[in-house]
Amino acid sequence: MWKYIVRRIISGLAVLLGVSVLTFSLTFFTPGDPARTILRKQMGGRSPSQAAIERFREANGLNDSIPVQYVNWVTDVMQGDLGASYHSETAVTTLIGQNLMPTVELAVAGLAVALVVAIPTGVISAVHKGGRLDYGSQVLALLGLSMPNFWLGYLLMLVFAVQLGVLPTHGFGTFGHLVLPAVTLGTGMAAVITRLLRSSMLEVLDEEYIQTARSKGLKERIVVYKHTLRNALIPVITIVGLQFGYLLNGAVIIEMVFQRPGLGSLLIDAIFARNYPVVQGLVLIVAVVFVVTNLLVDITYRYVDPRISLGGGGE
Amino acid sequence: MTEPLLSVENLHTHFETHDRTVHAVNGVSFDIEPGEVVGIVGESGSGKSVTARSIMRLEEPGKIVDGSIRYRGEALTEATDETIRRLRGQDMSMVFQDPMTTLNPVFTVSEQIVESLKVHDNPDHQPLREYLRIPFLHDRTDWAEKRDRVVELMSEVGIPNPEERLDAYPHEFSGGMRQRAMLAIALASEPDLLIADEPTTALDVTIQAQILQILSDLRASRDMSVMLITHDIGVVSEVCDRVIVMYGGQVMETGTTEQILTQPRHPYTQALLDCMPQQTERKEQLATIEGQVPNQLGDIEGCPFASRCAYADAACTSASMPVCDCGDGQEAACCALDRVPDPTREAVGVEGSR
Repeated sequence: MWKYIVRRIISGLAVLLGVSVLTFSLTFFTPGDPARTILRKQMGGRSPSQAAIERFREANGLNDSIPVQYVNWVTDVMQGDLGASYHSETAVTTLIGQNLMPTVELAVAGLAVALVVAIPTGVISAVHKGGRLDYGSQVLALLGLSMPNFWLGYLLMLVFAVQLGVLPTHGFGTFGHLVLPAVTLGTGMAAVITRLLRSSMLEVLDEEYIQTARSKGLKERIVVYKHTLRNALIPVITIVGLQFGYLLNGAVIIEMVFQRPGLGSLLIDAIFARNYPVVQGLVLIVAVVFVVTNLLVDITYRYVDPRISLGGGGE
Repeated sequence: MTEPLLSVENLHTHFETHDRTVHAVNGVSFDIEPGEVVGIVGESGSGKSVTARSIMRLEEPGKIVDGSIRYRGEALTEATDETIRRLRGQDMSMVFQDPMTTLNPVFTVSEQIVESLKVHDNPDHQPLREYLRIPFLHDRTDWAEKRDRVVELMSEVGIPNPEERLDAYPHEFSGGMRQRAMLAIALASEPDLLIADEPTTALDVTIQAQILQILSDLRASRDMSVMLITHDIGVVSEVCDRVIVMYGGQVMETGTTEQILTQPRHPYTQALLDCMPQQTERKEQLATIEGQVPNQLGDIEGCPFASRCAYADAACTSASMPVCDCGDGQEAACCALDRVPDPTREAVGVEGSR
């Protein structure tokens, strides 16, 4: 088990290395000179002098060749230093630290909304296959899937904040501020999980061991929520793990809609400002989140499905 | 005569397909007495398994449309869900054909046996938190106590070193071991009737013999009735007291094992016995029954075997078959018994009795 985790961490580091090389080279191949863009912004739109540009480049190490810049950056990262923002001279780690929690909070709340809605809906839908409850939930799932979440966000804001006035339209801080963004973010994922769980439940309900469970005299509730659900959740866990990464992406848009602070708004601003240290730091952090959730999913598997042995067969 | 343990009368179980109805079980009647081992034989598709599932009320997606099933006089066709659950938990158990698919892969074997014990203790009270074993909310001592009983059951069905296998999952068991585990699950509810649906078909021959041995030992030690479904005449001759031959969802012939094996009266039973490899000389082609099992779509007129029967005439396809008494409790559903050779008479005349 520990051997497996260590091996996965090593391969995860390789992934992070690849991601960093790619983003690093991409930022330097995209048009737009960071020195010029940032100085122009600092000077309120006027073109900076050539001397100022040179000074900026020298100060930020932009005159070195790209491989040298990369090695310098990686060396710093190893020491826990992601560099400083070109714009405000604040350390990137500080910027991320300030903005990480709101995004994680939103993603976790979105995931919670999705699971709380999707698990009962998927189960009920499968148990009442072909019935009214099933059709109802199928229609809702389709709606949830097809609605773009920024639009759903504005819709919810219109109804609950503007018309009914029960929740704040935007901002950050209280539980009330979290409700609408979390529901917006969770809806799409809830729809995906509902459909997946429904088909997975239907498949498991056809298994012989479900007949065995019934033949013991177990109540249908136990047959469904113990024997069926436990097996049906196995494919769902994969999707939830993968989707958690995408929740961070979804959070980018929702943070804009609800004007929440977070990694999303930080990233967008940094990209437009050619603030490369911030962009690279953020991409690295998101990659770390992906690698870690994937590892967690694989470890969770082991607990849900005893047939899976970690470490590729031979333990 | 005392009341039979199980009495099936004129049972009809149908399956609705999108355009037609499959008459899987089409008027089956038989009794099972306490302590008796009854074999049900027939080709695939003859309605054996559906009959068994109907008795356990696991016939879905099929429907019992007519007839009655009585267990100790209680009508199962009209019973409430609670009654059915109580019967499954305390009176009737079922062992299925393929042990590779009948155990839940994500729970330990012992947990699956314990569940059965818990249902047996109290079939009417099954709180979800108790069965899900939610930490802090379930009764740990109860599960711990039941482990001793699990060890007993596992050794009773011949699982070696049961203490070491308490935490084993089904995938860590071989096919034969899994079928033993299934038997332990079935026995945990102390059944008076054990329905075994081809319990040895998916196993290799040596394991088959062991499982059959365990079945007959258990039947003797627990004094329970066994309804053994099989298509293997060899299995029947080893363990059964009485045999029911089914074809096309109907009972063709019933009698003691001795009667059916040595003096079959129904043409189908005779044809079935002729197909046994032992009946054929070495290097000769094995005997077969020409034709195929009817698909049982829609209503069937007359005898379902008529199209494959060597003795059939017009009368066989027009009316339903009379059940003829062939003496000593042997019965055959055939209208042409006067044309069909009678092995009892032949045996005396030609080569002496077996």
